[in-house]
Amino acid sequence: MTEKSKDAVQSGKEYVQIRNLNVFYNHDKQALHDVTLSVDRNKVLALIGPSGCGKSTLIKAVNRILDLIPETRIEGDIRVGGETVLGPQIDMTELRQRVGMVFQRPNPFPQTIYDNVAYGLRIHGVRDRGTLDEIVEWALRNSALWEEVKDRLKASAMDLSGGQQQRLCIARALAVQPDVLLMDEPCSALDPIATGKIEELIQALKKDYTILIVTHNMQQAARVSNYTALMWLGKLIEHGKTKDFFTNPKEKITEDYITGRSG
Amino acid sequence: MLVEKVLLVCGLLSTITIALIFIFLFKEGFKAFSDAGITEFLYSVTQQTQYNPATDEIEVTGESIGFVWQPAGTPPRLSILPLLWGSFGVAFLAAIISTLAGIAIGIFLSEMATRRVRDLVKPALELLVGIPTVVIGFFMLAVLARPIRESAGFLGLDGIYRDTYNMMVGALGVSIVIIPVIASLVDDALRAVPKDLRAASLGVGATRWQTTWRVVLPAGVSGVVAAVVLGFGRAFGETMIVLMCAGNAPQMSMNPFEGVRTMTASIAAEMGTAAQGSTWQHTLFLLGAILVSISFVLNLTVEVIANRYRKRIRL
Repeated sequence: MTEKSKDAVQSGKEYVQIRNLNVFYNHDKQALHDVTLSVDRNKVLALIGPSGCGKSTLIKAVNRILDLIPETRIEGDIRVGGETVLGPQIDMTELRQRVGMVFQRPNPFPQTIYDNVAYGLRIHGVRDRGTLDEIVEWALRNSALWEEVKDRLKASAMDLSGGQQQRLCIARALAVQPDVLLMDEPCSALDPIATGKIEELIQALKKDYTILIVTHNMQQAARVSNYTALMWLGKLIEHGKTKDFFTNPKEKITEDYITGRSG
Repeated sequence: MLVEKVLLVCGLLSTITIALIFIFLFKEGFKAFSDAGITEFLYSVTQQTQYNPATDEIEVTGESIGFVWQPAGTPPRLSILPLLWGSFGVAFLAAIISTLAGIAIGIFLSEMATRRVRDLVKPALELLVGIPTVVIGFFMLAVLARPIRESAGFLGLDGIYRDTYNMMVGALGVSIVIIPVIASLVDDALRAVPKDLRAASLGVGATRWQTTWRVVLPAGVSGVVAAVVLGFGRAFGETMIVLMCAGNAPQMSMNPFEGVRTMTASIAAEMGTAAQGSTWQHTLFLLGAILVSISFVLNLTVEVIANRYRKRIRL
């Protein structure tokens, strides 16, 4: 690491850095073209764009969950806190502990609420009951779910509503104490009220976490994010402060997209 | 609509067939109880006799109880316990062997195999299920029975290896058919576990193994159990393989290396010999009724488990 980038990490500038990222599916189908962008520490970046534009692919590269898809190739560099996350020698367990993920559809395990939140901790070898209890409560409080479930931690997570399930999934991700959260359209399967709660939650979480959120909903991007980026056919079109992005877009495509003329 | 009616009749036909089988088996089977007392189907009493030269008569000196299936003897001995023993013994052994192997193969196929390996192995497994069991029985009998005996010898089991054709050989033969059944069903059950759950587990830093053991298997456990129960049912009803290579000797021994005869093998082997309307024939029907009842219970179990499975997996 150079002196300059060390300083950057300490100041929290460019905490997540993506440089010249190219992603290929099935050997030759290119999903991302030379994407370069970064997010400062404890800021929210919203990725918007039409379906299939590569925004999900982009955040899935950050915690390497993209590796699950066979025949995928990633080129370029991604750094989280100054350390690269690409390459075969990366410890996935450690990386995914630092970079948590919330998925498009709520995906709690068919287990109890408690076990869902404790899952990551147990995976990482935490056995002590007291520690588990404490972190489970902490994670549920931080995902604004504690008050609703504190009396039924042993109930099945499948009995929760969709919105509660999604907050449970956020709690599950928080429990292993990441510092980056990736959210892949976390509200797309939820009703407006549940969506509102998740958005409030994101506002609260950005004090402690660097968040990359993919969304189809431009109002949502405007409400929750500090920065917004528009992806189009695998390319990054424009990226800047959310306020400027929506009020004063630089690119024609962006203007057309946010005014609803295309996309 | 004519088509609808034809289809309805076709659908009802299978139900009617099952009902008729049940009625017929139980009707004929229960006749056995009017031919002989219920205890005769459990054990037989043999009188111990001795010739007394003083009176020139044969005197009864005592009685002994035996579990003997000799329906053609005089008097006929009708204890079905050795046959039940044979059936349960073979089915349990086969179930243990095929559950372990089948689940291992199922996990491999669903969680580890690349698509190419899967595309090769899965059709092969399904083909194996389709091989006529008489061929597998013949293969065990003619080809594998002796090597199995020899390998048991290597393991130092010579002392207890009584018969070349025995419960264990029968169970191994049955396993050839059951393992692919269980493996295929376990594979299906695990693949039905949503990909999202795997991603969630890997997403908090779990390894593939941890994901398989802690998330995928528990989520698919009902399907796995259903597979095992179904495999057990299949093992229980298996006829040709056990008839050919399990020794066909109705005896009760704790030693798995002694010959046994199963209920199915008895029915297949003796149906042609037993006289129409005889106690022997009624007893064979009774065996049939027992077999049908057991497979009915097993299928019911699978249905109940599968229902729970559907409820649990809803997302």
